[in-house]
Amino acid sequence: MSELFTNGQVWALLGVALAVILSGCGSAYGVGVAGQAAAGVVTEDPSKFAKVLILQLLPGTQGIYGLLVAFVTLSRIGILGGTAPDLVHGLLTFAACLPIGIVGLVSARHQGRTSVASIGIVAKKPEQFAKSMLFPAMVETYAILALLVSILAIFSI
Amino acid sequence: MAVLQMQRINICALKKNRKAILERLQELGAMEIDIRLEDDSGYMTMDVSNSRATFEKKAQTADRALEIFQRYAPEKAGMLASLAGKPLIDKSLFDDAAQNQESYIDTAERIVTLDKQVAEETARAQKYRDQMEALVPWLGLTVPVSYSGTRRTSVLIGTIAGAVNLESIYELIGKFAPDVEAVDVEIISTDRDFTYLAVVCLAEEVQAVEDALRAGGFAKPAQAVDKIPAQYQKELQREMEASLEEVKHLQEEITSLAGERQNLRLVSDYYRIRAEKYEVLGRLPQTANTFALSGYVPAKDAERIVRELSDDFGAAVELEQIREEEEAPVLLKNNRFAESGEGVLASFGLPGKGEVDPTMIMTVFYVFLFGLMLSDAAYGLIVAVACGVLLMKFPRMSLNMKKSIRLFFWCGLSTLFWGIMFGGYFGDAVNVISRTFFGKEVSIPPLWFAPLDEPMRMLVWSLFFGLIHLYTGLFVKAYMYIRDGKILDAVCDVGFWLLLLTGLVLILMPTEIFASISQMTFVFPEPVNMLAKGMAIVGAVGILLMSGRDKKNNWGLRIALGAYDLYGITSWLSDILSYSRLLALGLATGVIASVFNQMGSMFGSGIIGAILFAVVFIIGHAFNIAINLLGAYVHTCRLQYVEFFGKFYEGGGREFNPFRSNTKYVDVKEETRI
Repeated sequence: MSELFTNGQVWALLGVALAVILSGCGSAYGVGVAGQAAAGVVTEDPSKFAKVLILQLLPGTQGIYGLLVAFVTLSRIGILGGTAPDLVHGLLTFAACLPIGIVGLVSARHQGRTSVASIGIVAKKPEQFAKSMLFPAMVETYAILALLVSILAIFSI
Repeated sequence: MAVLQMQRINICALKKNRKAILERLQELGAMEIDIRLEDDSGYMTMDVSNSRATFEKKAQTADRALEIFQRYAPEKAGMLASLAGKPLIDKSLFDDAAQNQESYIDTAERIVTLDKQVAEETARAQKYRDQMEALVPWLGLTVPVSYSGTRRTSVLIGTIAGAVNLESIYELIGKFAPDVEAVDVEIISTDRDFTYLAVVCLAEEVQAVEDALRAGGFAKPAQAVDKIPAQYQKELQREMEASLEEVKHLQEEITSLAGERQNLRLVSDYYRIRAEKYEVLGRLPQTANTFALSGYVPAKDAERIVRELSDDFGAAVELEQIREEEEAPVLLKNNRFAESGEGVLASFGLPGKGEVDPTMIMTVFYVFLFGLMLSDAAYGLIVAVACGVLLMKFPRMSLNMKKSIRLFFWCGLSTLFWGIMFGGYFGDAVNVISRTFFGKEVSIPPLWFAPLDEPMRMLVWSLFFGLIHLYTGLFVKAYMYIRDGKILDAVCDVGFWLLLLTGLVLILMPTEIFASISQMTFVFPEPVNMLAKGMAIVGAVGILLMSGRDKKNNWGLRIALGAYDLYGITSWLSDILSYSRLLALGLATGVIASVFNQMGSMFGSGIIGAILFAVVFIIGHAFNIAINLLGAYVHTCRLQYVEFFGKFYEGGGREFNPFRSNTKYVDVKEETRI
């Protein structure tokens, strides 16, 4: 049992799993709530479908960022490529995966709720679509920053 | 890049030319009506609400008729039909429609009536069907439901709740009416809720029998028909078939009129234009013989309008410069490239009073940054070709749509460029395909460098592009100050910031931290380092002292404001870091593309492997293009709206909304157009 905890690859894979799981859960929640609001708007006015769909998709990117980090990591830790890391490197990889996982989870939830509010804008004032898109995009910034740190860390380990 | 200069135009003419002038102005579509009277005594306005309502109603009737056609004889429309735009038709065709307006509107009304009749007949058929259904349990009855008996006997026809059998009914009668001599009960039918029965008894005992039955829940039917059920059902069947036949006839008649579609469109637009004209007519201040009209025209068209109105209609026309306090509507004029970004600008807000039109600069950066974010040569080519084909195929699409698609065409080309620079062709598809199917890895080397291999270098370049973008914003701000003669403002609000920021960047570049991040080492000669420090200090001190310059000699407050403004350096930091999304989104495109390539290559190199690869490849890359196009669009907009416009642009202008023929279905070709 104890060698599991001293195996670097285990730690690295744990990080990969967390990156995908957390950010994926966040995006699923965000896209989910935004989708419910979007469906409500479309029942009233089907012509707004394209606009609310875009707003619904915005919180979906965190999941993709998680996948991105996971894939880059997998190809470096001896699973899809690269070599199995030792304990220290495994732990480092684990740590590198955390930013996108955790920030992805939280930011996607909040972005989803901002998207819901923005869908409200589109329902009432469709001509303000560009502005309504900005509010969720603001939240996304922090997911991007986390992605950046995760990616840069993994590339530099 | 310009906001068109507007002029106020005032027209005064004879009333007999009123409609002709309005029609001409509507045709020209170059004047926004804006009537302002300082003193409206002595003028009156015409009440046109009735005629206007009539026209609008007629246009609506034609629209309704067209909708009805769409239901009975739908016109096939392709998926991209919404891009096709309105067809251009000759004026003569339109004039014909105006000639025949009455008969066309009659047709439209006929269609609406027919549709109403269809609804009525359908409802009638449904009613017969319901009646027939209610009759089903009585079909076994050989007398009418309302039949009450002969001279000596009585018949009770009705229902008892629940499914009961014959014995229990006789029991019921025996219990509650034991004296009854003769009674004959016949169950006609039974369903889940009721038992339908006919009871024959002597006329004098009918009351007793009925009371007994009632005790068991007997009730006579609510609607007793005096016809034998089986016969009645046949009658109803005939009636229903007749109604359905009628519906079919009516529908055929509607379908046979579908050829009138084009005429109805024309007449609908004709009434729509007239309604709009009457709307203006109702606002005109008039005297017994003259009327007045006022509004905005673009200065470039002003002379021609003046000449035409005074020559052709003998109107008195004068032009005025826009007054200081007046807020003129905004019309943009840009070259073909910059025009494509007008939609993006308008979504944020048109230039407000005194602001320059930043469309040209913004569009250049939009295309540049969009390409950096998507950065895949193949994707760029697909986007550019798709937009190009759409533009060629639908030359009549609406102007705004055309502008957006043209913008994406340019963005596609930019993506193609950056894809070649960074070596992305469907991600690493070339490598994967050559490795999997040909056994030998081939790769197209990037022209510049591959961000996936050197992410730090890409990060530094992203921030550098961001710095240029933001500097450009500052320069535009300086330009606006200088144009308005506010040299001091230009120096204090822009010059000092430029000094400070440039100084800080130059101080940062030779440091070890920067070298370790960017893997680029800069060694400046000592004078440059000194100069950098000097610039930063001068800039910082300048901001500290001059930001609160409107506070004059209140130095305490002035320094405090300056210090607060200097704190704004943090917002610069976050603005510049925001451009790291260029790297993140660029990497996202590349990495997700390679995920799909890798997934596709997992099936091996045989024929089946190739087929499965193709499937995964097409679906995967279609998904990747869609999701990254969305990302690039949203985040480029954000960089423009938040970071770039935040430096100099507020917007808030009102769009120029000329009096013109706002048609729904067709565009009419004009003989002369400004």
